[in-house]
Amino acid sequence: MNQDEYKKLVDELTPKENKLKNALVAFLVGGLIGFVGEVIIHILTSSFGLESIEAYTWLCILLIFVGSFLTALGFFDNWVTRVKAGLIVPTTGFAHSITSSALDYKKEGLITGLGANFFKLAGSVLLYGIIAAFFLSIVGVIFYG
Amino acid sequence: MDSIKFSNVYVKDSFSVVGPLESEGQIKNLHLTMDDYYYHEKTFEQAEIKMQRVVIDNLLLRNKLLESDIDYLISGELSNQLAISSYAAKNYRIPFLGVYSACASFVEGMIFGSKLLDGRGSRKAIVLSSSHNLNAEKQFRFPIEYGAPKPKTTTFTATACVGSILTRDNTNLKVEGATVGTVIDLGCKDATHMGAVMAPAAAQVLMQHLNDFRRTVDYYDVILTGDLGSVGATIFREYLKRSYGIKIKNHVDAAKEIYLDSQDVYAGASGPTALPLVLFHKIVKNNRFKKILIIGTGSLHSPTLVNQKITIPAIAHAISLEVLK
Repeated sequence: MNQDEYKKLVDELTPKENKLKNALVAFLVGGLIGFVGEVIIHILTSSFGLESIEAYTWLCILLIFVGSFLTALGFFDNWVTRVKAGLIVPTTGFAHSITSSALDYKKEGLITGLGANFFKLAGSVLLYGIIAAFFLSIVGVIFYG
Repeated sequence: MDSIKFSNVYVKDSFSVVGPLESEGQIKNLHLTMDDYYYHEKTFEQAEIKMQRVVIDNLLLRNKLLESDIDYLISGELSNQLAISSYAAKNYRIPFLGVYSACASFVEGMIFGSKLLDGRGSRKAIVLSSSHNLNAEKQFRFPIEYGAPKPKTTTFTATACVGSILTRDNTNLKVEGATVGTVIDLGCKDATHMGAVMAPAAAQVLMQHLNDFRRTVDYYDVILTGDLGSVGATIFREYLKRSYGIKIKNHVDAAKEIYLDSQDVYAGASGPTALPLVLFHKIVKNNRFKKILIIGTGSLHSPTLVNQKITIPAIAHAISLEVLK
């Protein structure tokens, strides 16, 4: 059996991921997190008298804290298994990736371990996020002045 | 010559330590279980070193042996530089050999050990392998543990350490022969689908073994593969059927024999300990199985070369065991 024939055999016998279901679950869970976020913004602005820009900062801090805390307690991984990208795409996923690497490398020294590996996966998110923001802002300047 | 026949090598005893998840799975009558992944140590790596030491100490103690009675300690696991095996071995005055063929390491160690003992060779050897889920995932499965959802083909590295004593004195488990596999690469690049990577290697070594010993698959009561996983095992059987026209009914894959379905481990267990755990705790204990063929399967990938998009080579080694009386 050559490589092409083997690839066909593997494709035939490998169970397919249910992309539609995964996307739907991710949409609902991610959407739910967004909804909860909006409710929190509403509470912060109406009950605590915060400006909306401050309220968004506080919300971001809160979501990052909750994501990291659940990672540290060991729940986050199990939930990602069930709801797929729903928990990863919001800022909770970013927090999870950083906390995971911090936990992984904390015993290997502050510089060579934790510091060097802190952004192990999140570094890619930051780099390409910043590059994307740069080009989008150029587009913004061109079209909207 | 790919195959070797042994005249007087036997397995004297085996001992295992398993992690918390494995102790709640399908395997019963375990020797020792860990309450948590740290095993009273500071890090997971140190926990795995301790697991190896506990197994060696218990093998010596249970069999009333001294370090000087053992001619070789042969260990294999998944850590870089085989560090865990070496750090465990420094505590013993036993000549040490470290072996690596990923998840086929235990079987490779058994082949080395048997060859050293066979005939008028050395008297006793300890063969050992270990894996720790969190050490292996850190090394091999980035970025999965950082939040990437796992596909259904992913296997789950078992946390365990299994050791056995090989000896020239008669016992009821004989190491009858072995076949050393060649490295096979059929073009798979996906490190989350190791079953597909390893299945052709398992098939190749099986065919070589049957050919060298002039046997058919029915000669064996059971053919136990290491950690192909549920998907890989299906591919293995189908590959045998289509490439060699062989239907195999007596096949068991160790990956599906360790965890319960409810434990969310996708395609099953992996790691060099999956096969010996199932072999010593299930297969050998089953009276129906007298002639046993074990095939350890290893995906020989390095994370660096996987990232460079190079196809993954795989290896498999086979050992024929006989339960006497």
